[in-house]
Amino acid sequence: MFENLSERLERSFKLLKGQGKITEINVAETLKDVRRALLDADVNYKVAKQFTDTVKAKALGQNVINAIKPSELMVKIVHDELTSLMGGDTAPLNLSGNPTVILMSGLQGSGKTTMSGKLARKLKSEKSKRPLLVAGDVYRPAAIEQLKVLGEQIEVPVYTEEGNKNPVQIAENAISYAKANHYDLVIVDTAGRLAVDEAMMNEIAAIKKAIKPQETLFVVDSMTGQDAVNTAKEFNDRLDFDGVVLTKLDGDTRGGAALSIRTVVTKPIKFVGTGEKLDALDYFHPARMADRILGM
Amino acid sequence: AGKSKIDDEILDNLEEVFITSDVGVETTLKIIDRIEHRVSRDKYVNSSELNNLLCEEITELLAENNNDSTLEDFTVPQGHKPHVIMVVGVNGVGKTTTIGKLAYQFKKAGNKVMLGAADTFRAAAVEQLDIWGERAGVPVVKQKLGADPASVAFDTLQSAKANDIDVVIIDTAGRLHNKKGLMDELTKIKNVMQKVVPDAPHEVLLVLDGSTGQNAFEQAKQFVAATKVNELAITKLDGTAKGGVVIGISDQFRIPVKYIGLGEGIDDLQVFHKKEFVQSLFGNN
Ligand SMILES: Nc1nc2c(ncn2[C@@H]2O[C@H](COP(=O)(O)OP(=O)(O)OP(=O)(O)O)[C@@H](O)[C@H]2O)c(=O)[nH]1
Ligand SMILES: Nc1nc2c(ncn2[C@@H]2O[C@H](COP(=O)(O)OP(=O)(O)OP(=O)(O)O)[C@@H](O)[C@H]2O)c(=O)[nH]1
Ligand SMILES: [K+]
Ligand SMILES: [Mg+2]
Ligand SMILES: [Mg+2]
Repeated sequence: MFENLSERLERSFKLLKGQGKITEINVAETLKDVRRALLDADVNYKVAKQFTDTVKAKALGQNVINAIKPSELMVKIVHDELTSLMGGDTAPLNLSGNPTVILMSGLQGSGKTTMSGKLARKLKSEKSKRPLLVAGDVYRPAAIEQLKVLGEQIEVPVYTEEGNKNPVQIAENAISYAKANHYDLVIVDTAGRLAVDEAMMNEIAAIKKAIKPQETLFVVDSMTGQDAVNTAKEFNDRLDFDGVVLTKLDGDTRGGAALSIRTVVTKPIKFVGTGEKLDALDYFHPARMADRILGM
Repeated sequence: AGKSKIDDEILDNLEEVFITSDVGVETTLKIIDRIEHRVSRDKYVNSSELNNLLCEEITELLAENNNDSTLEDFTVPQGHKPHVIMVVGVNGVGKTTTIGKLAYQFKKAGNKVMLGAADTFRAAAVEQLDIWGERAGVPVVKQKLGADPASVAFDTLQSAKANDIDVVIIDTAGRLHNKKGLMDELTKIKNVMQKVVPDAPHEVLLVLDGSTGQNAFEQAKQFVAATKVNELAITKLDGTAKGGVVIGISDQFRIPVKYIGLGEGIDDLQVFHKKEFVQSLFGNN
């Protein structure tokens, strides 16, 4: 339903033709288009504003005489800026520690359990790790069973304590168990929680404190709208997470949440989920994400 | 010249409230347009009048529930049996949980309820629905992981008929709306159900995650095309997300919002009330 940015800009830039330089006056209309494209892509309202201000500063005074089309130059400026904002300081997974501990966090239904399975599978086959999955969601009906089924599919054992309702204890015990049994990678799945749920946020902070993970990952649904900034900020304030995972990118969402989150928490987006199957995992590509947000 | 007291600052403010509630640019412009029109007609408007005006205009965009009066007591429409509800939506939005909550409400209202576990794809989806069935005290018809979902739906309706069930709720696997094969599967489930109950499903409930942004439009469009969705549920409104995208969806497709999800507990389901919902868009932003 949304027109892509190039088409939009082409219209606005009809005005600019023959004007030589991008000036305060002729850039205003096109920035409206840029802002609209970002909002249609679910980029947060404030982030979109901030972004167009930056783009304006970069565009002003640029010579458009040599550009084939002024709109193309503008698209390039926007695209480059998006890419550099979402890309900067990418970091690989920190696999130090014996065992390496990865803690999953995020809202309900974002894709934590599936991503736990995907990471275990990837690190097992690519880094020859011996992973142990930990069933730390003691609340959701059949959450433990779900992780067990995934574990079976990838032949990775799942640590569970049926009956124990204390995820902090379970996670701690799982680390001891991993050490005793020579697992060198522990991935702790947790229950989905809302940032406003004090008790549940305290719980995951306690889990993190108890097991000192090398990587705490914030798993977020790429279809998330304006609320992405609030949630990411709250989780980051409580957990100081190390990276973001964007899921369900096999859909057709523009995925503006990626820019919003990157802007408010400045933590790298490390992986993307691209399907329900456990091999549907990819690294994050900032330029591709920029294309997607702009509908190109 | 008009003596309207609505100035640009107020309109900018409204724009921010709407956009940050996921209402989307197009619908926001539409609402602001209507407000400006009303104001120029009614001439004078102060801020409390503006609030009422806004509520009226947005409420008008939200489609009517044609059976508002019976909604609250979870009465099942008379004249056919079983009454069949099929629940659809993208991955992880809260379909199975909503079904558990609905089963509980329908049962509490005195109906005989049965659930069909037609999500045979997701790991432990059947077990999850089974637990909800236990919590609500209603039977669940199931087969094993990987079974044909249409066949599960077929079994469920047959069993419902044999057991004099009032209302059947069919769970389906989450599927992204851009996957044609999976969307076609829904049509197939529907067709197979009609071999047992000719006008089934009587209701198709599309579940939308309240934290979803503008992509919910595309979801609605594709699910409507595949299954003739006739009502919506918005979940996870117990968080800070506002679910504003539903305004534009309800307007464009004329589909009423019937339920909202406000938590993970069996009780955390409410019948949708327009006024409260609209007020929540302006409250503590
Ligand atoms: N299409 C698609 N579906 C996904 C992806 N990742 C997860 N899913 C699906 O999304 C749904 C939720 O995934 P889960 O892994 O259970 O999410 P979760 O965060 O563990 O959920 P809770 O434990 O309930 O909070 C399931 O149907 C998954 O199959 C993805 O990248 N693409
Ligand atoms: N806070 C909150 N969580 C909810 C609500 N509804 C569902 N959930 C949670 O969201 C997650 C996903 O819910 P499910 O019912 O499994 O969603 P689904 O649509 O059946 O998921 P798939 O079958 O994997 O596509 C679970 O952790 C639920 O407990 C709600 O209204 N509020
Ligand atoms: K979600
Ligand atoms: Mg989970
Ligand atoms: Mg489900």
